[in-house]
Amino acid sequence: MHIVVCIKQVPDSAQIRVHPVTNTIMRQGVPTIINPYDLFSLEEALRLRDKHGGEVTVVTMGPPMADASLRKCLTFGADRAVLLTDRFFAGSDTLATSYALAFLIKKVSEKWGEPDIIFCGKQTIDGDTAQVGPGIAKRLNLLQLTYVAKIENFDLAAREITIQRRAEGGIQVLKTKLPCLLTMLEGTNDMRRGSIEDALRGARSEIVTWSAAEAGIPDLTLCGLRGSPTIVKKVFAPTARAEKAQQIEVSDKSMADISEALITEISQRQPGLEQDLLKAVAGY
Amino acid sequence: MNDKAQQPAAGNSRANTKKALPEHLKSYKHVWVSVELERGVVHPVSWELMGEGRKLADKLKVDLAGVVLGAPGGTAAAVADCFAYGADVCYVVENPALEDYRNEPYTAAMTELVNKYQPEILLLGATNLGRDLAGSVATTLLTGLTADCTELDVDADGSLAATRPTFGGSLLCTIYTLNYRPQMATMRPRVAPMPLYQSGRTGRIIRHDVSLPEDDIITKVLSFLPDGTTDKANLPYADIVVAGGLGMQNADNYQLVRELAAVLGAEWGGSRPLVQKGWITSDRQIGQTGKTIRPRLYIAAGISGAIQHRVGVEGADLIVAINTDKNAPIFDFAHVGIVADATKVLPALTEAFRKRLSIAAARPAAE
Repeated sequence: MHIVVCIKQVPDSAQIRVHPVTNTIMRQGVPTIINPYDLFSLEEALRLRDKHGGEVTVVTMGPPMADASLRKCLTFGADRAVLLTDRFFAGSDTLATSYALAFLIKKVSEKWGEPDIIFCGKQTIDGDTAQVGPGIAKRLNLLQLTYVAKIENFDLAAREITIQRRAEGGIQVLKTKLPCLLTMLEGTNDMRRGSIEDALRGARSEIVTWSAAEAGIPDLTLCGLRGSPTIVKKVFAPTARAEKAQQIEVSDKSMADISEALITEISQRQPGLEQDLLKAVAGY
Repeated sequence: MNDKAQQPAAGNSRANTKKALPEHLKSYKHVWVSVELERGVVHPVSWELMGEGRKLADKLKVDLAGVVLGAPGGTAAAVADCFAYGADVCYVVENPALEDYRNEPYTAAMTELVNKYQPEILLLGATNLGRDLAGSVATTLLTGLTADCTELDVDADGSLAATRPTFGGSLLCTIYTLNYRPQMATMRPRVAPMPLYQSGRTGRIIRHDVSLPEDDIITKVLSFLPDGTTDKANLPYADIVVAGGLGMQNADNYQLVRELAAVLGAEWGGSRPLVQKGWITSDRQIGQTGKTIRPRLYIAAGISGAIQHRVGVEGADLIVAINTDKNAPIFDFAHVGIVADATKVLPALTEAFRKRLSIAAARPAAE
């Protein structure tokens, strides 16, 4: 069995800061991490491999330094890591990204076998679009199962998979054929620590690194900024509201008095709210 | 080189410098909203989008259409509501294969409709269904798709200007799809208000048959397990929401948020760091990567108010912020502020509300 897992190295966005004067992103020193949603997919892939045998290949597209995240995946136990890196990919939107990744996966398939399953993260924490997974599936003409809460049954011989998918108001139990593309829901598993052997192997292993030409991307005009139908016209900081919050006086006052003052303020601004609350309390 | 893989050419010029729409795309007209009909219920985000779509269609002086996909005989109520919420036209595809949402038949039906009737704008809800479908449809059509917009507008020359948070929610950006049609965007539940329901309003129904033989659809729905109603977060549609941030200091103190919420009959949640710390589950996260809320009252305790949080709560009627840092960005968009330690204010506030509500409830309802 061959499983391909697509990951992305992202800035640890909780730590991104905006320069207070120039309103530009301060990128310096922002640490990068593996997109957290990808880890649920990687762990699920590793579990399937451990149970059914085979290999897990982790792939990414990104700058050369994205090899750090790939190496981390090797220490978790992935068998192989491939980095697609080229200046042609700069500025890719989701459509251009899925184009490049689809050809990268084709190249990986030629070298190491057709994947039975491809995993992507549910979405990334920097782009948050959730579009690349479905994009890759469509370009490779694969069935897609997104927001998977649980793999119920995986039958490699029959080439069938049954999963639970998060839907509005409940869980869909879906059965489909391999090969297919899955995105896992967060919280569905816990990433393993990785064995000492994997840690050593990860540190020593070579990350397979391909340029666009080496990966066999046929049309560079469909990559990067040129291949992206969406255009970012402007980036801006949101305007502050005209007035700042009205502050409740706190100096020398007890917490009880502050609370009363706040409730009075709320009642004045939302006159109907208290009545409705009372109705709810009275059980209407 | 792998020359087996053929992709339609996107033209020679750079997408971001060319302004004139290619000739074959000029026939694309009208604004469409994908109406999310699942198990007989339309997701409210579809109507919220209908309200936004109405504004775009009016500016462009074109029709607003709802697209309803469903099982035979299962779409009538949704179609009537489309018109009541502002649609001029409704495209309806009824087919047994569309009974439950599945990516294959829904993508096939939506793609066929778009290719035949050619809308210039296609809007979908940023729900699990909408995102699953939008990604497949946009890739099939090779057009642009902007996810999770917080604002939709059309500029002077009629292009869709889709604004969304970027860089993990630190800034906003406005995104265009200039040379491709349709221009696609998703918007999350509760970002836009519900439009007015106008009973008796009608419009034109266009029925379209799509061939979707069940034998050709590989993915099968085996069953549907409805959620239990117990302890399920319903943040987007709650009237009152109380949330905590890192200012609550630890998981034990976070319980103070839940205690206030319990007294107010409110939903409770928190900012993203709390999910990362494991104090709350991700379905309780409020903000750009969590839930967008529009309550009548929102109480934010110990939340600094990064943009990523702000865009999720800005629709609230009244925002109360409690934070020790008087310069915290949350005071820039809250209506009422208290510069104090939330772990101290919350217990007092809970007690004050409890007293007030019990005294008032004990009084005979004279008013």
